[in-house]
Amino acid sequence: MRSRFDEQLALLKKEMIEMGAMCEEAIALAARALTEGNMTLAEKVAPLSQNIDQMERDIESRCLKLLLQQQPVAKDLRVISAAMKMITDIERIGDQAEDITEILPYLAGRKLPDNIPVREMAGGVIRMVTDSVDAYVKQDIDMAKSVIKRDDIIDGYFASIKQNLIDLLKNNTDSGEFAIDLLMIGKYLERIGDHAVNIAEWVIFSVTGMHKEVQS
Amino acid sequence: MNHAIITVNDLNLWYGQSQALKHITMEIPEKSITALIGPSGCGKSTFLKTLNRMNDLIPTVKITGEVRYGGENIFESEVNALRKEVGMVFQKPNPFPMSIYDNIAYGPRTHGIKSKAKLDEIVERSLRDAAIWDEVKDRLKKNAIGLSGGQQQRLCIARALAVEPKVLLMDEPTSALDPISTSRIEELAMELKEKYTIVIVTHNMQQAVRISDFTAFFLLGELVEFGETEEMFSQPKDQRTEDYITGRFG
Repeated sequence: MRSRFDEQLALLKKEMIEMGAMCEEAIALAARALTEGNMTLAEKVAPLSQNIDQMERDIESRCLKLLLQQQPVAKDLRVISAAMKMITDIERIGDQAEDITEILPYLAGRKLPDNIPVREMAGGVIRMVTDSVDAYVKQDIDMAKSVIKRDDIIDGYFASIKQNLIDLLKNNTDSGEFAIDLLMIGKYLERIGDHAVNIAEWVIFSVTGMHKEVQS
Repeated sequence: MNHAIITVNDLNLWYGQSQALKHITMEIPEKSITALIGPSGCGKSTFLKTLNRMNDLIPTVKITGEVRYGGENIFESEVNALRKEVGMVFQKPNPFPMSIYDNIAYGPRTHGIKSKAKLDEIVERSLRDAAIWDEVKDRLKKNAIGLSGGQQQRLCIARALAVEPKVLLMDEPTSALDPISTSRIEELAMELKEKYTIVIVTHNMQQAVRISDFTAFFLLGELVEFGETEEMFSQPKDQRTEDYITGRFG
């Protein structure tokens, strides 16, 4: 009866997965470039971020077309409007991965200290981004809630990075710029976690019609 | 929710052996627009017609339960008095083949108003309330059949308003109209709810969303869900409502 509309919705979800996957790749590349000191990997992030921007425009225009043509109501309306909000967060994630790679040349090849858990943090936010988009596609509230919960772990990593950098500065006063650059990288990863939480909250809205803050 | 002007209690209606309305219980809030939606044959038009006893004309109809208006069960009150309070506008504009003026004056005259001055006043007020006065004030003596479809429908609304009803029942009043006339009737309905209670049957979901305060979803003679329109179209409680309004059946 409404197979064309269902096809369009399936296509929207497919594009959301693609956009999410591009972000995961961008974060992974930025993290590897940092931990391996590999600038060739870092250079791949900027074009990827541009593709993510284009994807945002494409999905946005698909959503506007669906609103216009189908005049959706109830769950259809929530799924489409949630997608329009989510892509803003996904696009920001791409930007932040790119921001990380822009800092890398200033580290001047200095090795990442062992007590700065950037790799773990990057792994954690990549899984959060993957799961938040997956939760949208599967309309899985439990998965969305688990993403929101895991943000505390990311915040914990960031707190420990901050503390360890303070200690580094105490013992090694000429590491100021290096420490601040690493702190910014940590902050970008922490923000990516926050964006994944926003996405997860929109998933909950698209399933239940209620925002997390209203529910709690 | 405003105070209920019509209260329906366990209303059942049969056409011969076939039951068209099943245990309908609902309250229609005063000075608001209530939309009745549902697939063809779900009972929404039957329900609307029951509210001013139009089904009384069908010989095989049997009704149980009650519809209370002004504290009285309408099936026990005098039908003409009820229809003066509860007016009806139909799907297809049906002006009488007489002048615009006489169309509006017809109702008041049958209720005994003879004074020309009084009738002039009623005609102007009704046409103004129906947002058609400016278009017809210079041709009140012309035949109403010469008006466009949209104008004819507003004339019919004015005719219904002339006897000063409290409730206006509308059975798909815009389904035969173009988008501009439709939008005028919708605007009009929203203005009229300041003074009147409107119950409207519509097949146009977006129209229900645009103009109504409350929506009742009927399916197979049952009232499946009734509530605030905004809520029903964003978070319907019943899966059948969701399936219908999102176009999965119907």
